[in-house]
This record gives sequence, C-alpha cells and structure tokens, in this order.
Amino acid sequence: MPQPKRRQSAYWRRNLRYVGALLVVWFAVSYGAGILFVEQLDRIRIPGTGFPLGFWFAQQGSIYVFVVLIFIYVRLMNRLDREFGLDEDGS
Amino acid sequence: MNVQAWTFTLVALSFALYIGVAILSRAGSTRDFYVASGGVPPLANGMATAADWMSAASFISMAGLIAFRGYDGSVFLMGWTGGYVLLALLLAPYLRKFGAYTVPDFVGDRYYSQTARIVAVVCAVFISFTYVAGQMRGVGIVFSRFLEVPVHVGVMIGMGIVFFYAVLGGMKGITYTQVAQYCVLIFAYLVPAIFLSLLIAGKAIPQLGFGGVDQASGTFLLERLDGLHAELGFAAYTSGVKSTIDVLAITAALMVGTAGLPHVIIRFYTVPRVRDARASVGWALLFIALLYTTAPAVAAFARTNLLNTVSGRPYAEVPEWFTTWESTGLIAYEDHNGDGHIQFVGPDATDPAGEPVRNELTIDQDIMVLANPEIARLPNWVVGLVAAGGLAAALSTAAGLLLVVSSAVSHDLLKRALRPTISERGELIAARVAAGAAVIVAGYLGIDPPGFVAEVVAFAFGLAASSFFPILLLGIFSRRMNREGAIAGMVSGITFTAAYIVYFKFVNPAANVPENWWFGVSPEGIGALGMLVNFGVALVVSALTPPPPAHVGALVDSIRVPSGAGPAHEISA
Repeated sequence: MPQPKRRQSAYWRRNLRYVGALLVVWFAVSYGAGILFVEQLDRIRIPGTGFPLGFWFAQQGSIYVFVVLIFIYVRLMNRLDREFGLDEDGS
Repeated sequence: MNVQAWTFTLVALSFALYIGVAILSRAGSTRDFYVASGGVPPLANGMATAADWMSAASFISMAGLIAFRGYDGSVFLMGWTGGYVLLALLLAPYLRKFGAYTVPDFVGDRYYSQTARIVAVVCAVFISFTYVAGQMRGVGIVFSRFLEVPVHVGVMIGMGIVFFYAVLGGMKGITYTQVAQYCVLIFAYLVPAIFLSLLIAGKAIPQLGFGGVDQASGTFLLERLDGLHAELGFAAYTSGVKSTIDVLAITAALMVGTAGLPHVIIRFYTVPRVRDARASVGWALLFIALLYTTAPAVAAFARTNLLNTVSGRPYAEVPEWFTTWESTGLIAYEDHNGDGHIQFVGPDATDPAGEPVRNELTIDQDIMVLANPEIARLPNWVVGLVAAGGLAAALSTAAGLLLVVSSAVSHDLLKRALRPTISERGELIAARVAAGAAVIVAGYLGIDPPGFVAEVVAFAFGLAASSFFPILLLGIFSRRMNREGAIAGMVSGITFTAAYIVYFKFVNPAANVPENWWFGVSPEGIGALGMLVNFGVALVVSALTPPPPAHVGALVDSIRVPSGAGPAHEISA
C-alpha cells in the first residue's frame, strides 16, 4: 500500500515528537531526579515512608516511570498508526 | 526434608519442565531456529525477554551489590531498566519492520557492505562470549554450593541442559523454555523477599516494606540503616560515595549497552507485527521491574539483618548459616584484636577512645541473595527454591547468548557471506553444530575462566554501548548515514572502549584510581564515552564520504512505517 510522501513524513514527524517528549521524561526521572538533583531532593521525605525523595527516584521511582512511559508510547503509536491508515491489520 | 533434599527435588523438577517444553517446541526450519517463525505473542515474548535478560548477575549478585553500595548501587537499577525505554522508542519497532534474523543482518543490509556485516559479527560474538562465560560460572557456583559437587561438574551439568534446548530447539525452544524459566525465577525471588519484608517491616509487599518501619527499632528502616552505618563508620546507606559524573557515565553505559545487546535485540524479531514489538518491550520491562524494584528492598533488608546478626557479636555465638558459608570461603573472619567478637565496620570506624578500628569480616557480596533465606531462618524449601531460581536465571541467559553466537556463525558468516548457495537444511545443521560448539567453548570458559573473564563481564555492556547502539540508531534516524561512517564508528567506538578497559584493568591496574580517569569516568562507565566517540566519528566520516545509494534511502523510508511488515527476513532476501 504505497503512501503519498507528504503523509508519510507527517507521520514520521509526529512519531519523533512523541519520542522526544517521552525521552525528556525518561531523562528527567533518571539522570535528573535520580542523579543530578539527588541531594536537593533527598531533603524531602516521602510522607509516611522512610524514603528520601531522590533516593526513591534512583532505586524505585524511575523504574515505575519507565514502564509507564513505554505503555504510553504503545498507546500513542497505535492511535497514530490508525489515524494514518498505517496499521498492519489494514495492509 | 532437609535443604539438600529440597534443592535436589526443586532443581530436578524445574529441569524436567524446561526439557519437556524444549521437546514440545523444537525447531523444524531455520525460521523456527532463528526467530521462532516470528509467531510469538507479545506477552510471552516479554516474559522470555525478561528471563533472557536477567542473568545470574541480576538474580544472585545485584541485591548484594546494592546492599554493599547503598545509593551507588542505583546505577544498576536505573541502567539496566532505562535501556528498555530506548529499545522501545528508538530501536525495536524499526528493527522488527526491517525483519532480519540477526543484528549483523541489519548492519550488513542497511550499510550495503560485507565489511560492516563482518565487523558486526565479530562484535556480537565477542560481547556474547564475555557475557556467557560469567553465566556458566554462576551455574557452577550454585551447583557446587547446593548440590555439593565440584564447580566443574556443576558447569558440565549446566552445559548438558543448555545444549539440549538451545541446540535442539533454537529460538523456538528457547523462547518457551524461557517463559517457564521466568516463572520459576520470579517466584523464587519474590517468596523470600516477601518473607523478609514481613519479618523486618511487617509488610507483605517488599517495595513498601523498604520504605516502612523497622519492627525491631520502631524507626523507619532506611533511617535505622543510615544510623547503623554512621555508628559503624560506613558512608550513609542512602547517599553513596561515587562522584556524580561517574554515576552518570555508568548509568548511561548500562542503559545504552542494554539497548545494544544482540541477544535482547533479536527477541523483538520473534513477534508477528511491529505493534507487537513495541508492546512486547513494555511487557518485558514490566516483568523485569517486578524483580528490579524488589532487589533494592532485599538489599536493605539483608543489610539490616547482617548488621544486626553479626556486628559486634561474639564469634562463638554466630548462627549456623555463618559457618556454612565460611566453609565455602565466601565469608571470612579474622580476629585482629583478639577479643573474640566480630568487628564489622567501615573505613572510618573508631572505638570509644577515638582509636581507629579494623574491619574483621569479609563477605562475598554474591552470597547475599543465596544466604538470605538462611539468615532469616526461612523454611528449607525456600532455600531450594532460590537455588532453582538462580539456575533458571543463569541458564536462560546463557541459552539466549549461545543462540546469538550460533546464528552469527551459521547465518551471517556462512549463509550471507561465505556460501550463499547453502541449502535450508544445510544451514540448519550448521546452526546446530555452531550452537553445540559454542556451548563447549562457553563451558570451557566457565570451568577454567582465564583470569580476565569475570572482570570483563560487566564490560560487555560498555562494548555493546560503544559498538552497536549508535549505528543502529543512525541507521534508522539518519538517511544520510553511510557505509564508511558506520564502519569507522563501530571500529573506533569499540576499540576506544576496549583499550581504556584493558589499560586500567590489565596493563596498569595500579593506575585505576579516579585521579587518572578521563573526565573522572571509571572503566565501568567508559562505554558512555565510547558511544559518543562512535557517534562523532560516524557523523564526521559520513559527511566526508559519498551518500548511500538510492535503494538504501527507500529501505530507511520503509522501516519507518509499520504497515506491510511481513514475516521476518523478507526484505533482505
């Protein structure tokens, strides 16, 4: 199923925008909260727990966020595929 | 039943399960052998990937590493999971659309060059062998402790099992065996963790118990741990001692290395559609996260337990697990001051008079997970279960790596480079012979590891980060990237990284101190710089050399859209 070139590049640009936005979050929770700003965040304690916030991001929080990020990407891309008629069931 | 009987029973049962699964799902064609006919559902593929990925190091060593390093151990947690985000967003869907059998396949076709293919084969085989030797060693150690056989006999039993399902079943057999292995290993990991969490923090979920209240002292567990550390002269558990730049570099090297490891990448060729490739990375990470968010909790529990049970106690009163592990040489006690008590203290410890105190206890960090059930006095069957789980983790990773080696030889070297006319049957036989030979080499490396193997295992990631990741990424996201750039990038990246590691680890280990490191980056984190070298060289060289031919532009366009993926390996036939 040949796609007009312009449509294909619009699809690709949207894909790149999603990837860019999700990678910003990926960077912020791991390198940002878990490493670069860990000392500042460690002054805050997660209420009701013994976790300093930065330490929590480094050992637990960033991993939870990673999982959620991938599933958000899957949802976004499945929707995008359908919107552009590029999903594989249609081909 | 005693520990030994339970271990025997549970290990034998789990092995029977793996072999049964392997027989039921053996490969009949090369497509079965390399990519399980591309028919694996995403959920099952996610589980198989999780087992494939989580090695003896994740199962046995990681919690111990974290227990001894505290915050600094976070590099493994973030590094080994964050790479999956890169895989899902930047590589897996496109590589699935491309539809090759192996990583060198993609490199060779995208960069229209046999040289690039061969360079990729060499990198893949090198990375896989350094990694697999450590796995076989892990198998040997678990057997020797729990079944009380010599390490080399343990390795040979492991070789026999892997030989059976990797050689017979190929990717198809491995995939379903790995699903079973995931179930065994996660169950084995969670059961003692839940017991410990209940015992120490009174919560059934270890991830919550980790932040909960220590039942013995009534303060938060992490505060108690920081307090104990301060008392004994260790750096605070929640803050760590490594420099920020090194923590950044190691995390980056592990993340990017994960996304570039060939045995993980090929798993995404085995699902039917591009959207399944995306989803299956998500499932894989979810299944991995189950273990990876438990590990730091286990680490904190184990650390607290250890400090409470041995520190400052008279040696004559140590619990039974202490003497058991002492006999394996993995725990050692030396009474420096002759008072009969165990001084387990950090480098800054002083006695009440202000005199420095020497540490008298050495503990191999690998025993933390294996000894945990005994430390916490859990039932015997839990000890046996942990042994079965450790073996599942080591065997599943070993099998996945051996498949990379065998397909690199039979498919990339033989079929695509040396003898393109080989028949399907001939290629399948070659693949099995190569898998068999790889098992034997891996077993040899496990029984008689040349001194450097254990050292190099962690660096397999640095090598993968500095060789594969950049050129795979550029191959998808840059239409201009050409053959010359890719080859120069791979060669310079892996050479730079390997040279730095070899210099500091083998040529001049005495110089391996932060003052001598480039930009303060340790050999563990150098893969991050190697990756930048690869990117830089690839971009400059490709800008100075002719652009790729037109059909490559069309290929890049086609992998960017999901529709019409077709079964694996149609495009490059």
